[in-house]
Formats: sequence, C-alpha cells, structure tokens
Amino acid sequence: MNTVNASKAQQTVAVTPDSTATTAAPPLSKTGSPLIRLIGVTKVYGAGQAELLALKGIHLDINAGEFVAIMGPSGSGKSTAMNILGCLDTPSDGQYLFHGAHVESLSRDQRARLRRRYLGFVFQGFNLLARTSALENVELPLLYRGESATARRDASARALQSVGLGGWEGHTPGELSGGQQQRVAIARAIVTEPAVLLADEPTGNLDTQRSQEIMELLRGLNTDHGITVLMVTHEPDMAAYAHRIVRFVDGRVDSDIPNPNPTKKQPVPATEGRP
Amino acid sequence: MMFNSLLLALRSIRRNLMRSFLTILGIVIGVGAVITMVTLGNGATKAVQTKVSVLGSNLLMVRSGQRHGHGGAGSGSVPEFKEADAEAILSQIGGVAAVAPEARASVTVVANGRNWSTNVTGSTNAWFKTGNWTLASGRLFSDDEQQGGAAVCIIGETVRRELFGGEAGVDGLDKMIRIKQFSSMVVGVLSSKGQGQMGGDQDDTVLVPLHTLQRRVTGNRIVGTLLVSMEEGSDSTPLKASLQQLLRERRKLAEGDDDNFNILDTKQLAETLSGVTQVMTTLLGAVAAVSLLVGGIGIMNIMLVSVTERTREIGLRLAIGALEREVLLQFLVEAVALAALGGIIGIVIATFASMILARVMEVPYMFDLSINLLSFVFSVGIGVVFGYFPARRAARMDPIEALRHE
Repeated sequence: MNTVNASKAQQTVAVTPDSTATTAAPPLSKTGSPLIRLIGVTKVYGAGQAELLALKGIHLDINAGEFVAIMGPSGSGKSTAMNILGCLDTPSDGQYLFHGAHVESLSRDQRARLRRRYLGFVFQGFNLLARTSALENVELPLLYRGESATARRDASARALQSVGLGGWEGHTPGELSGGQQQRVAIARAIVTEPAVLLADEPTGNLDTQRSQEIMELLRGLNTDHGITVLMVTHEPDMAAYAHRIVRFVDGRVDSDIPNPNPTKKQPVPATEGRP
Repeated sequence: MMFNSLLLALRSIRRNLMRSFLTILGIVIGVGAVITMVTLGNGATKAVQTKVSVLGSNLLMVRSGQRHGHGGAGSGSVPEFKEADAEAILSQIGGVAAVAPEARASVTVVANGRNWSTNVTGSTNAWFKTGNWTLASGRLFSDDEQQGGAAVCIIGETVRRELFGGEAGVDGLDKMIRIKQFSSMVVGVLSSKGQGQMGGDQDDTVLVPLHTLQRRVTGNRIVGTLLVSMEEGSDSTPLKASLQQLLRERRKLAEGDDDNFNILDTKQLAETLSGVTQVMTTLLGAVAAVSLLVGGIGIMNIMLVSVTERTREIGLRLAIGALEREVLLQFLVEAVALAALGGIIGIVIATFASMILARVMEVPYMFDLSINLLSFVFSVGIGVVFGYFPARRAARMDPIEALRHE
C-alpha cells in the first residue's frame, strides 16, 4: 500500500517557490527516507523548580501514506508530540526531519510556510470561523497562499463536495450539525492538497455515528488521495481505523505496533440531511 | 497580500456590524465635530467680515478718553469733543470725505399707543455717508432743521416695526413720535442693515439732528464720537497721523502727554474681529480634534477586545500557515478600514450638520475641502497608530496557546 501513496506524497512535496515568499520554503529533498523522522526529541516546559519534561527522547519514523493513530493517557506527551509534528512547536532538543528538512532549526515564518504548503489540521473543536459561510471557511488557507478568487472558489467547492457537503457552501457553522462542521473543517484541511493531515481528536466532540462518518472520510483521504494521516485519539474504536498505533506513556513511546486489520467500511445508516 | 488583508478585514467587519459601528462612533463624532466646528467658524468669520464692511470700510471712529479703559464720559478731566472739532477735521485734513459728529442717549420712544426702549442718535446728514446708511423712504434733514434743532427724526427699521408695524420701510412716515419729552415728526425711515458686528441690532435707533439731541435730550453740547470717513482709496496711516496731530493741537496737549482720545479704524476692527473668530475656530477645532483622539483610543480598545475574543481564530490562522505579518496586516487593515469608514461617515454627517447649523446661526455655509481631507487623513492615521498595538499582539500569539484559548 505504501508504494503507491509514497509516490503521490513525493509529488506533492515537490519544492515550489511560494508566490508571497521572501524567504523560500525550506528545500525538501532526499527521497527514500521517511517523510517524518523524530530523533531523540525532548520537550521541556518551564524552568528551574517548575521544569516539566513533556517528551523524554522520542524516536519516531512515519512514512508517506501511513495512517497512524497516536494514543495515550492525558499528560503522556502525545499532544506535545503532535504540536511538534505539526510544526507548531519546536523540540527543546533532538531533531525533527520533515522530508529531510530540519524543522527544529526553522524560523517561525519558515515553519508557517511549511504548514501552509504541506500540512492540514483538523481539531477536536472544529475551529471554524463563526458567522462565515462554509465556503469562506474552506477558502481560508488558500487566501494565505495567494490563490486567485476563482481558483479559491473552485477548489473550496470541490473540497466540500469531497466531504459530502456539496450544496452546503453558503451555510454558516451555526446552521450546521457537529458532524457537518467537522467535515467542513476537514475540507478546509485538504483544500490545499496537503501531504500530511494532522487530526487532534477529530471525533472527540461527536457521537458514535458521526465519529464513524468522520473516520470513513479520513480513511478515504488516506487510501484514495494518499494523504498521510496522523491522528490523536482516546477512543480505541477510532484508533482501530489506523494501520499503525503509537502509544505514548509518560513522555516516551510505550508501544508502536501495526494494526493488520484496520476497521473496514461499516454499513452506515443514511447520513444526516443533505440539501 | 494587501488585497487579501483588505478582503479578510472587510469580512470580519461585516461579521460584526453592530460592534464595528460602535467602534467607529468615536471617530465619526470626532471627525464630524472637527469639520462642523471649522466650517461654522469659517462661516462666522465670513459673516463678521461682511457685517463690518456694511459698517463702512473707510471709517475712523474718534472717541474722547484714554485708549485703554472707558474713561471717556465720566472721567471729567478729559475734555469732550465739540461740533467745531468735526468742522476743523473736514476743513484741515486732506483725504477726508465726510465727518459726522455723533452723540447718543438712551430713551423710550412712544407712538401709536406703543412704547419702545431704544437709543437716539444726534448727528448731521454726513452720518449717512460715514455709516453707509441709506433711506428706505422719506428725506434727509434740511439745513434749517439741522441748525435750528427742529423736532424731526429718521427712524430705524426696528423702531418703525415696533411702533407702527405694517409695511417695512414705509409705515410710520410723517407720523409723530414722542422722544423723551418732545414730539417729533418722522421724516424718513432708514434702510435695514441687520445685526451689527458686535451682535447688536443696528436698526434699533432713532436719528435726530445733533442740535435737537443736545438741546432737548442731553442738555449739553457734548459730542461723543467723531465719525471720519476717508475718501475711497486713501491710505489710513498718514491720515490717522495728521488727524492725531490736529486733535492734539486742538486739545492743547503738551509734547510728552498721552493722547486723551483714541482713533479706531474699522478696517482694524474688522481684522481684530475676524482674528478673534479665527482663534475661536482654531480652539473649537482643537477641542474637537481631542475627541478624535479619544475616538482612536476607542478603536484600540475594541481592537484589543476583538483580538482577545478572536484568539482561537488567530490561532487557527497561524496554524494553517498565516505569517506573522499577514496577521498583523489583517488586524491593522481592519483598524484602518474602520477608522476610514468612520471618517467618511463623519464627513457626511458634518456636511449636513454644518449646513443646518449655519442656517440656524445665520452664518454662511462655507465648504472647506482642506479640513475635510485633513480630518479624513487624520482618522486613517489614528487607525494606523491605535490599530498597530492590538495587531502586533495578535501576530505574536503562540498558535498552540491561541488554539487552546476558551
């Protein structure tokens, strides 16, 4: 499975000069090595007495096209790891190679460029802009990429279509159910055609049925579009969709096991209202 | 990038219409106040200039007494002017077109069963020339009437209206009115001049021959003021100098003595008065500008609240790859767009307000392009200055913290 998806991912990760860039996005090269590689990553919060070691030397390789679930109790460091993987935070020590590029040595703006180019984010709380239509919400990342208005509109409409919300473009988050809001958020994450989708408890605010719909969507993105998916979750049912489950305990990787039988498509009763 | 920031800013202004309106209210009021004040001030200055020119632009007013203080009538030690002084000025100084001796007294006039408190002016026919007065109807005084102190009078429009009513400028002619203790025939009605430069009603007067006033009202031969009208185009400075010299001689002032009279130039008066209104305009404009500044602080306040309230939104924008300066620009553009919007609304409101107020205050409406432009530019500048701090705060947020914000 990895071979097909990896080629797709490498294609996506080709270096294109950013139109608005004054300093170009970091060069990404070295095919063959893992897409994501953490080497001895530690993260320290606070200083002196209040010092807290959130990550105690993490080693983790993730290949392009993988679907990885990250689990672990609260305070195990999984969120910290996720922030570092999402280039939102930098390690205190150790190395983070994103397709060969040393993220730990990038500036704030360089990391922002890397995020807008290669990463998509899905959050537990959806984080949609209130009183803003679904289409405008999905357009947001494209605005920062400097795409033209028509390109934005077309890509956003397509993204909404692909998450099953064709026809809902003009609705604001207040007019959508939780499941629909999360699907808008996923559309926003994939509208830039990212290499990696980072989902932080994407089903945490949803009931079982909506959760399964979202998981189906993520799995489809992984298998059909070759997007590497990293997902933090508490729920074993959701983690069961992934091909690999990494468990964090106390700031370390406790276990890292493949899931040979990921959950297959389940008979889902008719989804909530479409227009 | 600039265009996108503008788009984002306008979107968020639209999302919060009510708040956006309240935010810019300070700027609206500030800009509105500045423009209204300055426009009305300019109108008032113009009105003053117009009214002083009605008074007669080439007029020198000579009064007895020290230049500073109102020592004139009551001080005793200072000699009063006499009619002969007026004749001397006319005959001995070149460039003088007319000289009118003037004396005044407050009286109650009665006619037609009504009475009216006014002042009676005693002068000669030269008074018409020095004061730019014309007759609406009737005639001037005859020489005999002037010499003999006849019981005749010419009344101002206000007095005419109060006593006789009826048609302006006409009714009351050839009627008798009682001035203090004597009856007097109305031989003429003055054309209306309206409000004077000091705000008084110039039409509220009764003119009688100087001798009539002196004999029948005041009982003395004092002339309060000498009105000296210069010939058109003559320079007031040398004329004033020779007038001063002549009066010093006639009043037997020794070399080192101070003048015991003063000469007031209406041109000077006009300049002084418009100077005063201009200072007032500047002052009011400055006070209004302070309110504009307060409006700017209002914008900063709301922008700070907005940044705090939209912390998660900012976190999201940063997470999906917005650069620091893009977030900065978005909030800065938002503040500037708000301020500019406030400026435009303020200009519109000020235009209507000053049109209406100019009518109410009876001053001309004078559109001033430069103050409109200046206020607008200033309000935009306020948007930049007061929008920068909140915008920088937004741009420097940590995306992780911001996304966690409740």
